[in-house]
Amino acid sequence: MSASLVANVVIAGVLTGLVYGLMALGLSVIFGVVRVVNFAHGEMMTIAMYAAVLLFGAWHLDPILAALPVAALFFAFGYALQKGLVNPFITRPEHSQFILLVAVAIIISNGLLMIFGPDARNVQTRYMLDSWALGPLLFDQSRVFAALVAVGAIAALFAFFRFARTGKAIRACADNYLGAKVVGLNVKHLYALTFGLGAACVAVAGCMMTLLVEVTPSTGPAYTLLAFIIVIVGGLGSMAGALLGGVLIGLSEALAGLFIDPSAKSMFSFALLILVLLFRPQGLLGRKLA
Amino acid sequence: MTATHDNGRRRFNTALAATGAAAALAPFGIARAQGKKLKVGVLLPRSGFEALIGQSCQKGVDLAPAVIKELLGVDIEIMSGDTESNVNTARTRAEQLIHDGAHVLVGAFDSGQTAAIAQVAEQRGVPLVVNIAAAPQITEQGYKFVFRNFPTAPELVKNGLSLIGDLFRATNVAPRSAVFMHVNDTFGQAMTGGIMKTLPHLTFLPFKITDTIGYDPAARDLSVEVSKAKAANADFLLLVCRLNDSIVLRREMVKQRWNPMGVIDPGSPGIYEEQFAKALGKYANFCIDNPPWYNPKTKLTKIVEAAFHKRNPKERFVYHGLNIGYTFEAILIAADAFKRAGSTDPKALADAIRTTDITDRVCLGGPIKFDAKGQVQGNLSACVQILDGIPRVVLPANAAEAKPVFPWPWYKA
Repeated sequence: MSASLVANVVIAGVLTGLVYGLMALGLSVIFGVVRVVNFAHGEMMTIAMYAAVLLFGAWHLDPILAALPVAALFFAFGYALQKGLVNPFITRPEHSQFILLVAVAIIISNGLLMIFGPDARNVQTRYMLDSWALGPLLFDQSRVFAALVAVGAIAALFAFFRFARTGKAIRACADNYLGAKVVGLNVKHLYALTFGLGAACVAVAGCMMTLLVEVTPSTGPAYTLLAFIIVIVGGLGSMAGALLGGVLIGLSEALAGLFIDPSAKSMFSFALLILVLLFRPQGLLGRKLA
Repeated sequence: MTATHDNGRRRFNTALAATGAAAALAPFGIARAQGKKLKVGVLLPRSGFEALIGQSCQKGVDLAPAVIKELLGVDIEIMSGDTESNVNTARTRAEQLIHDGAHVLVGAFDSGQTAAIAQVAEQRGVPLVVNIAAAPQITEQGYKFVFRNFPTAPELVKNGLSLIGDLFRATNVAPRSAVFMHVNDTFGQAMTGGIMKTLPHLTFLPFKITDTIGYDPAARDLSVEVSKAKAANADFLLLVCRLNDSIVLRREMVKQRWNPMGVIDPGSPGIYEEQFAKALGKYANFCIDNPPWYNPKTKLTKIVEAAFHKRNPKERFVYHGLNIGYTFEAILIAADAFKRAGSTDPKALADAIRTTDITDRVCLGGPIKFDAKGQVQGNLSACVQILDGIPRVVLPANAAEAKPVFPWPWYKA
């Protein structure tokens, strides 16, 4: 097996993993602050993918540019979803939250099926089949652009939580709910903002995913599962962990496909998940619960 | 006496007129209407995950009554049953159609669903004419009421591989190696088993398989698989696929700048479907598939094609021809048996189907004749190549619409 083959597979795995990381980040941010696991995560990403496909179909808007308006819409959607639907369930048992969000997921899937039908759809950018060559190394342009946008979005989110006043307030809510209320923070508003931010992350990830894969109404559950694997491996609630988990899953799938058997790729994601659950249940970068 | 003579003369004149009409319509053996309707219960996956193909087959059902009335003078009443792409539903719908008075069943595209329907048909003693389904066991159970006008999986493989030999002879190319990629589902594994079993016996094929790569049918990304295949450095890609993965795979080949002599599929779905050309544009061109196919040149195909365009003016026949051809022929077989049996009695219909000998066909192959097991004999595949975005028959020569192109223009030795 040649070194260039391994290198090309590693490059593809890391680039795909970065987009996976962005996708899982939305789930991690929402859980880290609001403590609600979004079981409609993959379905929300599927809506974003359809939005990107529609914008491309109507105005030839590149998914990279479409990510901005779609993220803005999703921010508003996430904000409204949290305020109107999820917020009353925050203090309820976890199984109630689970059923609520699974119901949302089913409604989204079936709604998409009714609107768009079962056929796969995609965007056909002018660079979708192009790649850059660096000696024997090939860099798929779509993957590179998607990974760059993912890195940019992740950096912006890190900066927001580290430097912006609202970001700091959200972190305060995550660290100490009661304390945040005592000092007069509008926790409900901050929770809704967080849900909006998580949804915006999903929107950007969805737009980038259209550069890599086709979308069907049944795309969602597989990505919800993948996002869960990533955040559990990286550490539920940890932003850096989501990124690391994404890259690790992308890379392990690629290398397992190369060295063992392509059909066993997804098996390795689950094997990694089991190892993490056995030896570091809080995830690679997660904090140990008291 | 006079009256008797008059009656006799009238009867004679009527018979003469009928004979004249029959002679005039001889090319398709058109006969008088029989006064009775044949109730054909058609079972197809018109919803569920196979809905796209089920709906495509349905187009053959929709046009059949009018065309067959024109050809045979037989009245047909279609009774539709949706299997919902589900084996249990297929079984229930078959029971329901028989209960509602279907004289003969036709269906059902999917082997699993067809096997379930075959059991019901045999138990109830109602003939089933299978339009599309390749699992060999359907006609290996000793059933007396089950007939299949479609090749079995081993025949599909053998026909498809033989056409690869014909392609190499026609283009005067002899590749030495192939990398074999296959989708890892039931169909893909069955085809792979068939290919691995058949290939060593086809000594006229000049190539050896250098690597075999199976992949998950639900894979989001096939970059690793294509990297491995490219590294095998084979002359061409032998592919058993489904639609979605064939698109992902071809895209990945372009991205990774892998240009072997070409892509040849020995007969699975995917490459010849409309979505393949739509999604890939110019990169769909020159890909080759060797499925069972319709003969674009026969008189009956042209009649069916015209009927199709009348009902579906915006659609292309080529993307439905396979499904329509086999579904239409299944109904034609039932109608032809009804005409010869002169009865809707299931046993008489089954006996008549057993002696079928239809020479005017839509699909490629010899006359439709069934063996003792109810399996049709001599169905053929076609070498279909995407040219200018349209699937075209390039082999066998007597059905060809264009000349084969192999290796494809992107290949550099």
